[in-house]
Amino acid sequence: MAASDRTVLQFGPSSAVTSNITAKVHPLVIFNISDCYVRRPDQAERVIGTLLGSVLPDGTVDIRNSYVVPHNEFSDQVALDIEYHHTMLKSHLKVNPQEVIVGWFSTGLGVTGGSALIHEFYCREVPNPVHLTVGTGFRNGEGTVKAYVSVNLSLGDRQLAAQFQEIPLDLRMIEAERVGFDILKSTSVDKLPSDLEGMEVLMERLLTLINDIYKYVDDTVEGHAVPDNSVGRILSETVASLPKLSPPAFDKLVNDSLQDQLLLLYLSSITRTQLSLAEKLNTAAQMP
Amino acid sequence: MANTMARSFLQVAAAEEVAPPLRVVQIEGLVMLKIIKHCKEFSPALVTGQLLGLDVGSVLEVTNCFPFPIQEEDEEIEADGANYQLEMMRCLREVNVDNNTVGWYQSTMLGCFQTAELIETFLNYQENIRRCVCIIYDPSRSNQGALAFKALKLSDSFMDLYRSNNFTGEKLREKNLSWVDIFEEIPVKVSNSALISAFMTELEPDTPVTQRDYDRLQLSSSPFLERNMEFLIECMDDLSVEQQKFQFYYRSLTRQQAQQQSWLQKRRDENKARKAAGEEPLPEEDPSNPIFKPIPEPPRLESFLIANRIANYCNQINGKFFDKARDCFQKGFRKRLRDSDGPTLTYSQHPSRMTETTILFCYWNFVSSISSREREREDVLDLVSSTPMSHSVWIHATNS
Repeated sequence: MAASDRTVLQFGPSSAVTSNITAKVHPLVIFNISDCYVRRPDQAERVIGTLLGSVLPDGTVDIRNSYVVPHNEFSDQVALDIEYHHTMLKSHLKVNPQEVIVGWFSTGLGVTGGSALIHEFYCREVPNPVHLTVGTGFRNGEGTVKAYVSVNLSLGDRQLAAQFQEIPLDLRMIEAERVGFDILKSTSVDKLPSDLEGMEVLMERLLTLINDIYKYVDDTVEGHAVPDNSVGRILSETVASLPKLSPPAFDKLVNDSLQDQLLLLYLSSITRTQLSLAEKLNTAAQMP
Repeated sequence: MANTMARSFLQVAAAEEVAPPLRVVQIEGLVMLKIIKHCKEFSPALVTGQLLGLDVGSVLEVTNCFPFPIQEEDEEIEADGANYQLEMMRCLREVNVDNNTVGWYQSTMLGCFQTAELIETFLNYQENIRRCVCIIYDPSRSNQGALAFKALKLSDSFMDLYRSNNFTGEKLREKNLSWVDIFEEIPVKVSNSALISAFMTELEPDTPVTQRDYDRLQLSSSPFLERNMEFLIECMDDLSVEQQKFQFYYRSLTRQQAQQQSWLQKRRDENKARKAAGEEPLPEEDPSNPIFKPIPEPPRLESFLIANRIANYCNQINGKFFDKARDCFQKGFRKRLRDSDGPTLTYSQHPSRMTETTILFCYWNFVSSISSREREREDVLDLVSSTPMSHSVWIHATNS
């Protein structure tokens, strides 16, 4: 009797699934949100929008795209343009049917009362939406991006409140974006880096790394730095993994590939000459 | 006072606006990311999308873009495509995005984008928009490490000529237009808002070198080269087909002219005979005779486009190894290698002969200078100084 009378306030994750959710965000989403924030209408304090993406088989939520939804916020009421939301969703689905709603975002730190209402709306669209906040104030000199999942606080059978629990967030970039990352960092770049300039930058980075390792090894040998066995093992593995070729074999290898490439270069130069000849034949030929 | 000012304002308003030539295309980082994402997701299929932005003076700003869905068949989806576009533009308008179309983007595979359809699309766009640009993105070259964005537009002279359907050999000779003049490439500039750059600086990963960088350093370019060569060979076949068409045309033209001459001769003889007999001379022309029918000239557009494609492939093969290697590695590596005590003989003597293999040697040199084994370093030294590489590099230098 006493056991059934006791009602316990359930805190913490109500299911094992919630505790394992992590979110991965592509930088495109951050870009989009920032751009929308900059373009927001004057009276709006923050912008709100939908997040699109997919749920990976291991439970992580992969957020790949987003679009902003116009909304109006009064003291305790929130009005969201639902039709706009659905129209944009349809349009986006036409392009990429795998990207579905996975949650929603808002700028501005913290979760307000209005957010709870909006979150409820999104709960109707998708079972467990992720709420992303992007702090654009840069108050402490840092911008924060946080993700939350809502957990229901229930007392017995009654629902008390929804608690927003933070989940770990991972920002990742696909390779091609990584290539241009330096471009994306500054406010303006005059020229796209070419193939070999990129390679030069890479070689410089590699050189810095190698210099660091060199210094570390020197310091350890002389006793300045504390020797770390695991680091030493990794280093020796790396150095030992370089291919061991006898000089004649390496010689032959390099020369063969070099000759192939020179042949290709020669061929392409011939082709270019042929092109100009062909052009002369085609246009300069005159009939008497 | 007011009168003169009013007049001058009127004059200004009445004066024709001469658009300054387009000098640079300014893309926002957001647009680049969107294009990269879209093209990469659907690669190897080719995708397109619309560019939105502003046309300001000599700069064309591209501030946003949206992708087009892939069309399965062309008949019924035409209307759908137009609807989709209108809806997207309307929705974007509501959130204060620039609603102005400035062009479109498309992805390509190793650079074979110069087709007749591209020209058609350009002309279609040009009817409505004063200045439009096409951005070409190549996801396969981005895997090699370069950010392969190109902004193209049709040159004005080509457009005038094409529109007036005067694409014959004579007109081309007159205007001195060759296949190089069809497309104009415009330099691309990237800009970002301050908020975004603040975010990106913060989110920068800590390690200086990532796995992707290692992948890029891998200099094996043979699959890329192979595909390039395949496309190049196909294009050469196409070019030879076009040239055969021209040859056939010229041959038949010569033959026709010979026929005309002989017919004319016969007519003249006949007329002489008739004059002697006192009859009316027959006209010297006979438009109903089939040998006087003008033979249509084969269109030159296709051969121009093929020439463009071939030049592109050649540049990709050449440029990857040769053109800029000199400048780049002259600055960077010669200085560094002189500091480290490695074999600097080979490449510093021929600074303008940097090839891919010397890059490989540089790397090998670094590695060997870390290794504590003297034997290895000696081996590398022997290798570098004894290889006939410098000799073959000289041959190439004299050939090109």
